[in-house]
Amino acid sequence: MATTQARSPDIVRVLVAKLGLDGHDRGAKVVARILRDAGMEVIYTGLYKTASQVVNAAIQEDVDVIGVSLLSGAHVPLFRELGKSLREHGAGHIFVVAGGVIPEQDYAALKESGVHVIIPQEARAEFIVSTINELVATRGRI
Amino acid sequence: MTRAGYRPSSELVPLVLAGSRLAIARMISRAEGGYAEAEDALAELYKHTGKAHIVGITGVPGAGKSTLVAALIKALTQDGRKVGVVAVDPSSPFTGGAILGDRVRMSDAAEANQAFVRSMATRGHLGGLAPATLQAVDILDAAGYSPIIVETVGVGQDEVEIVSAAHTIVVLSPPGLGDDIQAIKAGILEIADIHVVSKADKPEASAAVAALKGMLALGAARSGSKWTSPVLAVSSVSGEQMETLKATIAKHWTHLYESGELAERQRNNCRTRIFNTARHLFQQQFDERADELEQHLQAVVKREADPQAAAHALLGWNKERQK
Repeated sequence: MATTQARSPDIVRVLVAKLGLDGHDRGAKVVARILRDAGMEVIYTGLYKTASQVVNAAIQEDVDVIGVSLLSGAHVPLFRELGKSLREHGAGHIFVVAGGVIPEQDYAALKESGVHVIIPQEARAEFIVSTINELVATRGRI
Repeated sequence: MTRAGYRPSSELVPLVLAGSRLAIARMISRAEGGYAEAEDALAELYKHTGKAHIVGITGVPGAGKSTLVAALIKALTQDGRKVGVVAVDPSSPFTGGAILGDRVRMSDAAEANQAFVRSMATRGHLGGLAPATLQAVDILDAAGYSPIIVETVGVGQDEVEIVSAAHTIVVLSPPGLGDDIQAIKAGILEIADIHVVSKADKPEASAAVAALKGMLALGAARSGSKWTSPVLAVSSVSGEQMETLKATIAKHWTHLYESGELAERQRNNCRTRIFNTARHLFQQQFDERADELEQHLQAVVKREADPQAAAHALLGWNKERQK
């Protein structure tokens, strides 16, 4: 039964978000551009968003992935809050990808908060694209 | 193949009608993706539409459309209205990807619980809207949102598709773009029910207002209407005239209703929509028959057939039909 097949191919939608007090978004914009060039639709939130603002936006935009760039060092509590808010709003199906400056010793805490993949700073463009594509391919659009 | 976790569109219908944001958002995605499975559900939802006041906002890139929409969401939600927004941005003609940036300006207002803001990429569609824009409007309409604001991509002089998508058209002109000759040209300025000059805090704004008023003095844009398009200078930054704009939008709606023009406009909009949908389906049909098209193409290139004959053959028209 091919009922769930879209006529036009499903286009991956990604919300690129800046969470909390972190005013540096050059990285987020570079990533947004990389994803755009890979054929994805990227919604950028702008700076200084709270977890609930990001979750609200992600729900309305029906994105497959939320990509959060964090350089402020507050990633552990912020991702905890984001994960909690996603579950509370019934949006636990949205994949969360973390990027920015995140020390390896915090990886476990982030995974526990519901972060699916952490992309290290030195990652190349192709790696970011393939990571997101592979993540979405594990399930497809629901 | 039915995917695990896939919720049939028919199950989403009652949730959309009850206002579930998750269901509304998912339904819009399915309309965008052209899911065959969603067609019946969309048809069912269509029965619940026709209640919302649809307001189109258009203008050149950088005119301030998103900023204006943000200010309007704020003003309207303060009145307790459930405001829906569909904001269209362009897809890349090369990769199909898109950066949808309207939300950056709208986030404060959009994250208020009474508004639903959806960004949409044009996915190759010309004319100022995306292929599924009207379906997204239907879904929001069925879910009880009104007004629904449709923000077009930044348009040029001739992308006036919004005319057949909305009840009230706001054309936004930033100051400093041209003289009164620009203002009397045909095209986008003609479609305005309300002219708005943005960035009223800038000194050139009064010249833009004068040029537009001069144009309107030469004759009404739409024949047969008793509505005279006003020219407002607003500043989304200072909030100047935002209340007046809100009131003017409401006044236009009342005018359409009381004058009987609403029924006519709705009829026209539906007619255009049927034609556009048919055209879209045609296009899709041809895309699916690329091999056949290629044969005709080669014949036309070699001058063995003419374009008209090839088009007729593609449509399956025979010689009798042509006469």
